Amino acid sequence: MDIKVETTKKKIEAYDVEKIRKDFPILFQKVHGKNLCYLDNAATTQKPQSVIDEVIKYYETINSNVHRGVHSLSEMATQAYEESRNKVRDFINASSEKEIIFTRGTTEGINLVAQSFGRMNLKDGDEVIISTMEHHSNIVPWQMICEEKNAKLKVIPINENGELIFEEFEELLTEKTKIVSVVYVSNSLGTINPVKKIIEKAHSFGVPVLLDGAQAIQHFRVDVQDLDCDFFAFSGHKIYGPTGIGILFGKKALLESMPPYMGGGDMISKVTFEKTTYNQLPYKFEAGTPNIADTIGLGKALEYVNQIGIDKIAVYEKELLDYATESLSQIEGLKIIGQAKEKSSVISFVFDIVHPHDVGTFLDFEGIAVRTGHHCTQPVMDRFNIPATARASFALYNTKEEVDVLVNGLKKVLEVFS
Amino acid sequence: MDSELRELYQQVILDHNKSPRNFRVIENANHYSEGFNPLCGDRIDVYLDVENGIVKDISFQGRGCAISKASASLMSSMVKGKTVEEAEKLFEKFHDLITGKLDDDPDIKELGKLAVFAGVRDFPARVKCASLAWHTMINALKEENDIVTTE
Repeated sequence: MDIKVETTKKKIEAYDVEKIRKDFPILFQKVHGKNLCYLDNAATTQKPQSVIDEVIKYYETINSNVHRGVHSLSEMATQAYEESRNKVRDFINASSEKEIIFTRGTTEGINLVAQSFGRMNLKDGDEVIISTMEHHSNIVPWQMICEEKNAKLKVIPINENGELIFEEFEELLTEKTKIVSVVYVSNSLGTINPVKKIIEKAHSFGVPVLLDGAQAIQHFRVDVQDLDCDFFAFSGHKIYGPTGIGILFGKKALLESMPPYMGGGDMISKVTFEKTTYNQLPYKFEAGTPNIADTIGLGKALEYVNQIGIDKIAVYEKELLDYATESLSQIEGLKIIGQAKEKSSVISFVFDIVHPHDVGTFLDFEGIAVRTGHHCTQPVMDRFNIPATARASFALYNTKEEVDVLVNGLKKVLEVFS
Repeated sequence: MDSELRELYQQVILDHNKSPRNFRVIENANHYSEGFNPLCGDRIDVYLDVENGIVKDISFQGRGCAISKASASLMSSMVKGKTVEEAEKLFEKFHDLITGKLDDDPDIKELGKLAVFAGVRDFPARVKCASLAWHTMINALKEENDIVTTE
């Protein structure tokens, strides 16, 4: 036991957070005269200088359209763009670049699967399974297609700690189930779901599984082959990359069986007015000129995470989470919403006497950025019978000192309201 | 506390947040509406008893931040006894106040205690909090049903 603690300590010591912070220029500014303490990382993460530089360099040196020109700039842009695809493939350990589709973000990835896979496979009376802790982006696209196809949306309930009730999931799975679409890590509760178990169970019924990985990808290693998930969607901006670029991973055989999601340039191989032949994977799902600069920026962001090491990041963030959970629990009247055994570095909390919005405004004047509201998970708020929470979410550049700043800020709020 | 913050969270607002006035249901209300702020999940129910164009009684229930709760509480105190037209005019003035369109001293004086919400104009994200109760009341007054509308 002692030896284990020693090794963990050693790893933390090797993690130079002060050096890492220097890579993020935005962190060194004052808000309302106080040092910025950015704890809204589940909403979006800050970008390291290398990512910012990469996007600027693209526009300054090789901006041109991809997959089109024979001229040098277009060839260079295409090469950089496709290199990013390979970096993503490597990062999530997909077996082929054909399985990596560029989207605008997680939301578009889920909509793509709902509109393409869903439209093709759902019929009257079929069922789709999601969970209570889904982000609205993994609820509404399924509601839309279910309504169109007269299919049913089934919801896995959660317990008081904010964990999925696995037995209930088993009950919901039937021969009518056509797809299971669940969140890997909850954005409002921090719960890490037992997705491997879910996938195994769903596969035993021959049902494919989509994972909403928006809050997972930046926190720990994701290996889509090991997970054996059928689809995996995430956003670049949550993993230190630019906004407007996301990834949908899909197993090749499934993607090949699915119809295109949008029509246009780049997704075709031959067009006549009588018939159009679609392009091969992944281009079949990438109509129109893509977001080239930010795609290249995402590649750079993944490179940055690799340099530090995602496993080291996971250990460091767990340490931060434990420290923050312990520190916040000491505050009288503070209740943490979401106390799952397996959690990522997200802490949602409420007070009896202060509404989260007031907490948010007061903390802002201390330079602290937290998210307040329902976090696009209204069913979770309903489940816990609360209108909203305040949420502190931590990233690889946050420190224990910042946790202390948060705790002191909250104590000041309580002084005013009690 | 920062001065801008103190301007927003005045003592009157903190007081009404802690002990809101008219925080109850009017059983025989002839006007009712439910207000909802989809951005933050706050909700409020406003009940009115209107006779001959005069607000005889007004109450509210619901949950929200200090700004929205205090606003509902002060609104209920201010509107009671006023005519429907007066209440509507008061809302227009109040809305101008919280969106920073009201600078004239006489106008602000007319608002009485509601002037404590002047600080909201520096917090555009909180305008909806301060106006939710009012929008709900105006909606309730437009309801032509003589009975409480149920969900």
